[in-house]
Amino acid sequence: MSEVITPKVNIVAAPDGYSQPGFFAASLEKAVGLARKNSIWPLPFATSCCGIEFMAMMAPHYDLGRFGSERLSFSPRQADLLMVMGTIAKKMGPIVRKVYEQMAEPKWVLAMGACASSGGIFDMYSVLQGIDKIIPVDVYVPGCPPRPEQVIDGIMLIQDMVGKETFRRRQSQEYKDLMTKYGMENQ
Amino acid sequence: MQNSSLDFLPIVLTFIVAAGFVVLIMFVTHWLGPKRFSKVKMESFECGIESQGNARIPFSVKYFLVAILFVLFDVEVIFMYPWAVNFKDLGILGFMEMGLFIAFFMVGFYYIMKKGALKWE
Repeated sequence: MSEVITPKVNIVAAPDGYSQPGFFAASLEKAVGLARKNSIWPLPFATSCCGIEFMAMMAPHYDLGRFGSERLSFSPRQADLLMVMGTIAKKMGPIVRKVYEQMAEPKWVLAMGACASSGGIFDMYSVLQGIDKIIPVDVYVPGCPPRPEQVIDGIMLIQDMVGKETFRRRQSQEYKDLMTKYGMENQ
Repeated sequence: MQNSSLDFLPIVLTFIVAAGFVVLIMFVTHWLGPKRFSKVKMESFECGIESQGNARIPFSVKYFLVAILFVLFDVEVIFMYPWAVNFKDLGILGFMEMGLFIAFFMVGFYYIMKKGALKWE
């Protein structure tokens, strides 16, 4: 006797739009946002123990692939999301910054763990007190280290931001000012 | 049944649509995606570390020479297998031919030893 197993697969809902038999019209921005948010390619920048928790998150038990992010990008050129995980020493700072600068637009940053967010317990001369001193951060995930569920929650917040991003945001004066604030030249 | 060249029109159309789709998507992504260029971004990616010097410099590939010489002597050994199988049939003549073959190889071996091709350092 065999039972038919129907897999529980969630398919993303179509964006709000106008539909009649035979066609469906939606705003291009929403369609692109939908595609982008469900295919985020993270660039793992793992320097310490949060990286181990990240590995658990990528593994089948927690499986970030369910959110369309199973493809890690180890080159910044194809990455959408920079995940900084772990203590960033001041000597590592310029490297994080360069990796961020070499990512293609549009790009987002997730700071995982107390160290990346604020320096954590390493309140000392050699450790950067939060990566937002050198690069703009979109989502902070607290914890030492945070559990995979927390990081997935952070990724989902990023997804929300990605889905709502407007086409013009990266050309806006606000964004240019942000880049200037961090000393990243506009051209 | 006669095939006219017109029957292949759907295939041609499929190719045109396939190529057109690729070109269209490439244009659309370039049009939709935001871009920012900066000097730092245009540099080659070296895991965030400052790149040093030019990659286009000649350097000795010692390994290549050793690998090629290995292949040469490997083939020599492979030639010995059929000779060993037919050793009795070929008799003294075969033995002499093989000896000559190996002697030629030994001359080459002596030459590369003298040239220092196998000196690793």
